Amino acid sequence: MLPPALALALLLGIWELYVDLGGVNPAILPAPHAIARALYTDRQTLWSNFLTTAREIVLGIAVGVATALVCAVAIHFSSVARRALYPLLVASQAVPVPILAPVLIIWLGFGILPKLLVIALVAFFPLVVTTLAALDAVDPDLLKLMRTFDAARGRTFRHVELPGALPGLFTGAKLAAVFAVIGAVFAEQTGASSGLGYLLSITTSNYEFAETWAAVAILSAFAMALFALLAVVERRALPWAYGGAR
Amino acid sequence: MPTAERSAVDVTSTSRGCAPAAGAAPHAGIAVERVTRRFGTAGGAELVALADLTLHVAPGEIVSVVGPSGCGKTTLLELICGLQRPDAGRLVSEPAALMPQRDLLLPWLSALDNAGLALRARGVSRAAARATAGPLFERLGLAGFERTRPAQLSGGMRQRVSLARSLLAGKPVLALDEPFAALDAITRAELQAWLGHTLAGERRTVVLVTHDVEEAVLLSDRVAVMSPRPGRVVTELEVALPRPRSRTDPALVQLRAQALAALGGRA
Ligand SMILES: Nc1ncnc2c1ncn2[C@@H]1O[C@H](COP(=O)(O)OP(=O)(O)OP(=O)(O)O)[C@@H](O)[C@H]1O
Ligand SMILES: [Mg+2]
Repeated sequence: MLPPALALALLLGIWELYVDLGGVNPAILPAPHAIARALYTDRQTLWSNFLTTAREIVLGIAVGVATALVCAVAIHFSSVARRALYPLLVASQAVPVPILAPVLIIWLGFGILPKLLVIALVAFFPLVVTTLAALDAVDPDLLKLMRTFDAARGRTFRHVELPGALPGLFTGAKLAAVFAVIGAVFAEQTGASSGLGYLLSITTSNYEFAETWAAVAILSAFAMALFALLAVVERRALPWAYGGAR
Repeated sequence: MPTAERSAVDVTSTSRGCAPAAGAAPHAGIAVERVTRRFGTAGGAELVALADLTLHVAPGEIVSVVGPSGCGKTTLLELICGLQRPDAGRLVSEPAALMPQRDLLLPWLSALDNAGLALRARGVSRAAARATAGPLFERLGLAGFERTRPAQLSGGMRQRVSLARSLLAGKPVLALDEPFAALDAITRAELQAWLGHTLAGERRTVVLVTHDVEEAVLLSDRVAVMSPRPGRVVTELEVALPRPRSRTDPALVQLRAQALAALGGRA
């Protein structure tokens, strides 16, 4: 815990000095102390907007995980699905999300649905790729062994392939959690009336950069928290994947 | 005991590979007749792994197959297990369970559940699989290790669990692929004695692939010596010695020398 705290303190210290010594206009790049003050004075606004965004992110990741699992399993089981879906998956990542988000909102309205879709879209790809890689990495000799045990395909999947792919799924989920935070900001750029992404666009257009950075700080902290939470769950759920752990 | 029942069922329900017409009486044991197996290589050339290989194993017999690395031993076992098909020749075998060259234990399962995998593969519930695997653990000297994860087991223990798993598949034929190759000499000697003892208590047909000639004469009724690739059986040696056998028995030492000579003459 100490090294990252020290690194952060060092970064903030340099930043603070740079602004205080006149390296940049504080109206353009506020100093950390000004951001901290904004975090405190705007705490109520920030908190209520955070709740909106956090809910979208968590639900969006859930949708992303569910669809990614279905997709990965379909691709793993069927070479037709692999040939049909894999190029589309890759193409889906080339869709410029900042452009797509407003289109979805015009199409699907101002509710939570278009936001979930945007977040799920960005969370989806790392999940599919890592899960699929883990499924494909299962030892072929293990599959042969299961065949000599007369295992039906589904049982081999349940007892061998799926548990073996869980570390891959977690790797994907940790990446997806971070991407989902960015996705949420894009999703809230248009058609939102609350959320930290909404707050970001309002404050930047009003040149309230201390407030902008305060919202960014909260988003970053949330991404880190999600990542850390998933890492903890992973260690508890899959102790076997960590050498030496019992 | 459930295992015995199951193998009895399996015997009547099978013959596989290039079996004679459906409905023919199931073949007992293993018959490999003039089997050839080729693989395509990246360069487009063909690699002949097995050429005209003939080997018969009677029911309940333990036959060792020794041969230089790459001569097609694993390929032969996979053919017997129905994991590959011969390109030419005839191969009939009762249902066979493989014990792979690497133990391939699942790291997330306890030793007991790893052994039970062969049962779970057929849809047996976890509780029933544990109930069946438990007594076998006693018998195989694994008692007390039921809940241990593979990562905490010694190499020798892992091989025991791996054999327990293949035994629990309940097939009349066991195909063991160099089960002790990765072990140190002391553990290997200990496990050879253990395997001899275990197989004596089972009525299974066994094909034991090994590159250890001493292991072969120690454990089996017959030793088949293979040539380098393309693999064929070049010599068969009967080991008509009473069990348990001693490494220092002059008759055994002499058979060992004979097998080594057969191997060396071809290597
Ligand atoms: N699926 C495959 N495709 C191409 N070549 C193969 C394949 N399987 C085996 N071979 C080749 O066939 C030959 C025999 O392989 P096999 O694994 O049966 O040998 P082995 O006697 O078991 O060797 P070892 O003692 O090293 O385990 C080798 O040259 C190997 O490279
Ligand atoms: Mg081999």
